[in-house]
Amino acid sequence: MRDDTTRSSATPATSDLPTPLLELRDLAITFSTSNGEVEAVRNAHLTVMPGETVAIVGESGSGKSTTALAAIGLLPANGRVSNGSIIFDGEDITSASEKRIVELRGSSIGMVPQDPMSNLNPVWKIGFQVKETLKANGLPSGTQDVAKVLSEAGLPDAESRANQYPHEFSGGMRQRALIAIGLSCRPRLLIADEPTSALDVTVQRQILDHLDTMTEELGTAVLLITHDLGLAAERAHKVIVMYKGQVVEAGPALELLTNPRHPYTQKLVASAPSIASRRIESAKRAGIETRDLLAPAVVKAASLDTVIEVEDLTKVFKIRGSWGRSTDFTAVDKVSFSIARGTTTAVVGESGSGKSTVAKLVLGLDGATSGSIRFDGVDITTLGRKEMFDFRRRVQPIFQDPYGSLDPMYNIYRTIEEPLRVHGIGNARSREKKVRELLDQVALPSATMQRFPNELSGGQRQRVAIARALALDPEVVICDEAVSALDVLVQAQILNLLADLQSDLGLSYLFITHDLAVVRQIADHVAVMEKGKLVEQGTTDEVFDNPGTAYTQALLAAIPGAGLVLPPEVA
Amino acid sequence: MVWYIVRRFLQLIPVFLGATLLVYFLVFSLPGDATAAICGERGCTPAVVAGLREQYNLDQPFWIQYLLYLKGVLTFDLGVNFSGRPIATIIAEVFPTTAKLAVMALVIEAFFGIVFGLIAGLRKGKIFDSSVLVLSLVVIAVPIFVLGFLMQFLIGVKLQWTNPTVSGNATFSELLLPAVVLGLVSFAYVLRLTRTSIIENVNADYVRTATAKGLSRRRVVVVHVLRNSLIPVVTFLGADLGALMGGAIVTEGIFNVNGVGNTLYRAVLNGDGPMVVSIVTFLILIFCLANLLVDLLYAWLDPRIRYA
Repeated sequence: MRDDTTRSSATPATSDLPTPLLELRDLAITFSTSNGEVEAVRNAHLTVMPGETVAIVGESGSGKSTTALAAIGLLPANGRVSNGSIIFDGEDITSASEKRIVELRGSSIGMVPQDPMSNLNPVWKIGFQVKETLKANGLPSGTQDVAKVLSEAGLPDAESRANQYPHEFSGGMRQRALIAIGLSCRPRLLIADEPTSALDVTVQRQILDHLDTMTEELGTAVLLITHDLGLAAERAHKVIVMYKGQVVEAGPALELLTNPRHPYTQKLVASAPSIASRRIESAKRAGIETRDLLAPAVVKAASLDTVIEVEDLTKVFKIRGSWGRSTDFTAVDKVSFSIARGTTTAVVGESGSGKSTVAKLVLGLDGATSGSIRFDGVDITTLGRKEMFDFRRRVQPIFQDPYGSLDPMYNIYRTIEEPLRVHGIGNARSREKKVRELLDQVALPSATMQRFPNELSGGQRQRVAIARALALDPEVVICDEAVSALDVLVQAQILNLLADLQSDLGLSYLFITHDLAVVRQIADHVAVMEKGKLVEQGTTDEVFDNPGTAYTQALLAAIPGAGLVLPPEVA
Repeated sequence: MVWYIVRRFLQLIPVFLGATLLVYFLVFSLPGDATAAICGERGCTPAVVAGLREQYNLDQPFWIQYLLYLKGVLTFDLGVNFSGRPIATIIAEVFPTTAKLAVMALVIEAFFGIVFGLIAGLRKGKIFDSSVLVLSLVVIAVPIFVLGFLMQFLIGVKLQWTNPTVSGNATFSELLLPAVVLGLVSFAYVLRLTRTSIIENVNADYVRTATAKGLSRRRVVVVHVLRNSLIPVVTFLGADLGALMGGAIVTEGIFNVNGVGNTLYRAVLNGDGPMVVSIVTFLILIFCLANLLVDLLYAWLDPRIRYA
C-alpha cells in the first residue's frame, strides 16, 4: 500500500505542483450501527491536484462514495471521521465548524450526485433549485443568471425549461440540471458520484463529454467516483482502486490497466465488461478469433433449428389523453427475429426502445397487437390456457432486479420449489433433491435453502433467481437486464455461470440489455432496437465490426473506454 | 383544472341523493310512532295526531315522503322540526359556533403537531423525541371524554382559568378549552405523521444534494424537508376539518356547547326525523367540500399531481 501511494505521487503530473487541492491523509471513517462500530474506510490516501481528474473505482460497499462524501462533510448521521485528516487547499477541514463547511460547499467544492431521479426536489421548479444555489453562495441569481447556468450544462431552451418541475424532465436532462447546480458557483473541486450510472449509455457519453469540456474550461478538479474501470481509465488522469474500505492501488490510468499489481485490480481489469469488450476489439484487429478469446473450451451446439421465431410482432398501447381521448403508442413495431437452439440472442437498445416489451410478449405475459411468436413451430398467441401453462414451463424469465423479483416472505427453498409445486412435479422428497441440485448448479451452498432474500447479497439473489428459472428444465431463458443491477465482478461471475449452464444444458437465451459491453461477451446474435423498430440485426461480430446504422454506431461508441487501445494480452 | 372542479361539484349530486335516501330510510324505519315524541307523556287526541301526521306527511308511503322532502330541500325549504321551528334557522344558529370551535381546534393541532413533529423527527431517538412519542401515545389511548372531564375539572373548576362550560355567546376564551380537548387527539396523530414523514425525507437524496449546494441547515430543513413532509399531513388535516365541522358530540356535550353535535344528539334522542335528516345531509355536504379543498391543496403542494 505504501508502495502504491509513492507511485502515485511520483508521477510527473503531480510532482510539478506543490499544493494539492484536496488531500486525504490516513483517513478512517467509522459508522456506529446496532452491531457496534464498523470501520467503513481505513488508511485512505488520496491527492487531487488543481485541475486534475482523479477517479476512485471500486464495487458497491468498497467505501468509495463514503470517502468522497467525507470531504464535504456529507457523511450520514451515524458516520464520522475517526482518524486521519482532510486537507482542502492547505486548510485542515477535518474538524472544521459547520459554518466553515457550509461556506465551502457549493462555492469551493461542488457535487454531482448519482441518481438524477431522486436528487432533485420534486416539489420545486428546476429554476428555483438553481437559483437558491447561486443565492446561498452570494452570486447574482436573476432569471438570466439561472438560464445561463442551465444552458452552460447543455440544457436546450433553458429559460423556459427553468419553469418546469423535475418530473417534466428526462433522466439525461435532470442530470444536466444537477451538473449545472454542481458547477454553478464555479467550485475548484467537483465531486461526481457515479454521475451517469443511472443513465442510458448514449446519454451517459454525452453527459460525460460535456462534463469534461466544462471542467476543462473552468479548470475544475474532478473527483470521479465510479464502479466502471473502463470509464475511469478513459476520463481520469489518475485512478485509485478501493476494496473493502482500503485504497489497494493508485496510479496513472493506463499504467494501472496494463500493469495491475493488486490481485483485486487484476480481477477488475480482467472482468470489467467495458474493458473486456475493448480487449476483444483490439484482439480482433490483431487477427485473433473472438471465439478463441471468449470461451475456447465451450463448443456451442451446432444444431441450427429455430426454437423461437418472432414475426412482425407489434404492440400498441393506448395512452389516455385529455377529455377522455386516447392516442396510440406503438411500443413494438413489426419486429422479426429468430433464436437458434442453444445460442444467445441479444436485443439491445436504450430505455424506451421497446426491448422489455418484446421480452414480455415472448414470455406470453402480455398479448401482442399483431404478428406471431412461434415456439417450436407453434404460435403462442393462439394457445389455450392449458397449452399456455405448458409453454410457461419451457420458457422461463430472469429479471433485472434481484431485490424485487424474489418474494421477501419466502425462504430460498420455497422460492425455488414453488414452480415445481405449481406444475405438480415430483413429491416433496424429489423436489427437495431437485432444489439441492439446482443450488449446486448455481454454486450456492445447500444451507442457503433456509435463508431469506434479505440475508443474501445481490449476486447471490440473482443466482437464486437463475436457480428458480432453471427449476422446470426450461428450453429458453429470457434474461431481462439480468446483470445490469450487479457490480462488475459479480456481473462477470453471473455471465460465466449463464455460459456454463448454456453449454451443459443446451439452453437458449434471449438477452435483453442496454449494455453493449455485456453483449460483446455473451451473445451470438444481436438485434438492435430503436423507438420500437428493429433497425439492425446480425451475428455479434458483424454488428460490432460493421455497424449498419448511425444509431448502432452511437451505441457502440458509448461503451466506456472507447479511447483506450489495449494490447490483447492485457489480463 | 376548472373542469376538474366542475366535475367534483357534479359528483356531489349523487352523494347528496344517496346520503339523504339512506338517512331518510333509517329514520323512517325507526320503531315507534313519530307523533308520540311530539305529544310527550300526556298524549294527544286522535284528531291532533291525525293533524300532525298530515303536517309531516307521515300518512304517505316512504317514497312519497322522501320525494316531498327532496322537493322541500330543492326549493331551499328544509321544513320545520317537531317543535315547529324552521330547521334552516336552527342550523344557521348553531353552525357558526361549531365552525369556530373546529377552526380553533384545527389551528391548535396543526401548529403544535407540526412543530413538535418536526423537532422530534429531526432529533430522532433523542430524549425529546422519545418523551413526545410516549406522551402522544397516552393522548391517543385515553378516551376523549376522560380527557375532556379531566381538563374541565382541572382548568375550569380547580384553577378557574376559564369558565368550565360555554355560554350561549360562545366567546373565543370560552371555546379555547373545548378546542384544546377537541384538537388533542388529532394533535397526537399530526405529530406522529409529521415525525415519520420528516424522518423519511431528511435522508432523501435531494436533501443531501441541497446540503451539498451550500445551503444553510435552516434553509434545507424549511425549504426541502418540511414542505415535502407536509403533503401527507395536509391530507390528514383536511379530512379532520370535515370531521370537526360535523361537530363533536362528546366534547360539545361535556362543555355544553350549543353546536351542531349537541343539536344532532338531541334530535336523535327526540326521534325528530326531519331534523336528523337535514343536519346529516348538511354535514355530508360540508365533508365533501372539505375533501375537495384537500385535493386542491394537495395539487398545490405536490406539482407532480395534476387534475384534468
